Amino acid sequence: MSDSQVMAPEGPSAAGGGSTPPPAAQPAAEPSRRGADWRKRAEITLLTGPAILVFLTFVIVPVVMAAYYGFFRWKGFGPPTDFAGLQNYVSILTDPTFQDAVRHNFIIVVLSLVIQGPVAILFALLMNQKIRGRSVIRMLIFVPYVISEVIVGTGWALMMSDTGAVNTVLAKIGLENLQQSWLADPNIAMGTLMLILTWKYVGFAVILMLAGLQSIPEELYEAAAIDGASFWQQQFRITLPLLGPTIRIWAFLSMIGALQLFDLVNIIWGQYVAATAGTSTMATYMYLNGHLAGNYGFGSAVAVVLFMISLVVALFYQRFVLRRDTEGAVTGNSGRKRRKK
Amino acid sequence: MSASTVSPTRPQTSPQVLRHSTAFAWGSPATYLIAVVLIAACMGPVLYIVLGGFRTNSQITEDPSGLPSPWVTTNYTDVLASSEFWVAMVNSTISALATTVGTVVLGVMASFVIARYDFVGKGAMYSLFAAGLMFPMTVAITPLYLMVRMLGLTNSLMGIILPQIAFALPVTIIILVPFLRAIPQELEEAASIDGASRLGFFWRMVVPLSMPGVITVGILAFINAWNNYMLPLFILSDPATFTLPLGVANFASQYSVDTARVLAFTSLSMIPALLFFTLFEKRIVGGLTGAIKG
Repeated sequence: MSDSQVMAPEGPSAAGGGSTPPPAAQPAAEPSRRGADWRKRAEITLLTGPAILVFLTFVIVPVVMAAYYGFFRWKGFGPPTDFAGLQNYVSILTDPTFQDAVRHNFIIVVLSLVIQGPVAILFALLMNQKIRGRSVIRMLIFVPYVISEVIVGTGWALMMSDTGAVNTVLAKIGLENLQQSWLADPNIAMGTLMLILTWKYVGFAVILMLAGLQSIPEELYEAAAIDGASFWQQQFRITLPLLGPTIRIWAFLSMIGALQLFDLVNIIWGQYVAATAGTSTMATYMYLNGHLAGNYGFGSAVAVVLFMISLVVALFYQRFVLRRDTEGAVTGNSGRKRRKK
Repeated sequence: MSASTVSPTRPQTSPQVLRHSTAFAWGSPATYLIAVVLIAACMGPVLYIVLGGFRTNSQITEDPSGLPSPWVTTNYTDVLASSEFWVAMVNSTISALATTVGTVVLGVMASFVIARYDFVGKGAMYSLFAAGLMFPMTVAITPLYLMVRMLGLTNSLMGIILPQIAFALPVTIIILVPFLRAIPQELEEAASIDGASRLGFFWRMVVPLSMPGVITVGILAFINAWNNYMLPLFILSDPATFTLPLGVANFASQYSVDTARVLAFTSLSMIPALLFFTLFEKRIVGGLTGAIKG
């Protein structure tokens, strides 16, 4: 579910512009009511204080701390003193293991888009047909998304192991030569991971696409049918263009989620095997070399690099792809949008 | 691209529209064939886990892909009798419920101020929370662990509940602010004429009126907390504090030779999430699409 939390890198600018209050109105309206003013301030403090305190303590301060600790060689005990400058960053960026992890992340980003996108659109088109039991189907394809990563990882790891169910089924139907070492073979492991990721997350994409499809007016298809457009012509000329905004936002969420991938890889391949099987990610690298090794300065630096890479990807995507859709759509800052309409 | 104020009503209206249009249509057989294949692909691994729990280890070793014959229930009864399972279940329940309540309470209060008070720095406050969306937990996890350790909260459920609330707040506030802003000004004026204070208006009008939005953000917070693996992995090392995801992972490595029991443990820990999902399916789907389509 973590991907639903990462969707609005343009948040601050859009929100800041959109929700600034009209500054002059308030003092003019109640010039002499000191008591009311104090009361208002007390209410604001009382109501927002707890949220701001929790948020600063557990989100903002740690992120700032990471940027600071990243400059130290530090085992995590006492204040950091062994200033290392950019040494951590140099080690990370020149470490072939980390470069591999980054490469894996970007392979996962691209393959997720290429595999899940078309599959999800096809399934959504199917689900949008007038068929019986549609609500049941819709619910069932969403089940993998709701089950936790740990359960998915445990189950799939057992099924894909060398003596697991997949290889036995292949033997039963006479396809012994297709048997593989699905998890350990570096040539295949990435494919296995993509299969599992697709299984887990395609339901989410389908649900998004379905919601997008239902906002396309039925009349467009009726008009096209009268003009003699075939089913596929209708899909390519009407559905795909009008589904554009939904596809672009899904793609954004998918990319950010793929860059942060950790749970499934860590569950299925463990901390040590992931690198040799060719499925390690930046996050598993951070867990192994930062947390498990007790190098918190180094681990913080990896976090900063991971953040910068995600941010650059997000900004590029916002700048060149999402820009054409409604601004602020991802942030849900509807005050701004309402004014625009 | 409708505003998120619309999203909570979408799941309620769409089924009726669907029912009308599907009432007497059957569609082509090919469509059903694809649908059946799709369902089989989605449910296959889940069934493998559930059915595997009803088999013995020797059955699984002989034929990993077979059906249970005979069906054995000892794996499930063993797991249900073990304290490990129930400790993790109770911890998960506490963590998810406390996270949900905390997120909703703090989120509604802060959103109310951002939506309906005028003061200098209001825009900055909204931006601060919105900025939180840029920092997913993966990025912050290493320093977050250090912070929790500094506060002495490692190996306690508080140590995962508070960060979960903090990381749920941005989405919560972004969904709730437009909701609260949409409550008509006239209602507030009427309440104030009737002698209600701003806080009285908050309790008597705002909280009940924003219920659909509150339920959506509450469900999102609950599912995220329930399935969270990374944060407990960093914060909790004492098995007595493990939540279900950690419990499953721990059980799977501890009893790696006892595949049948691992499968039973795994499928039992799947039940609460599935139950929750079937109860709130429309809200979850509506909430997710609403939160994203904004």
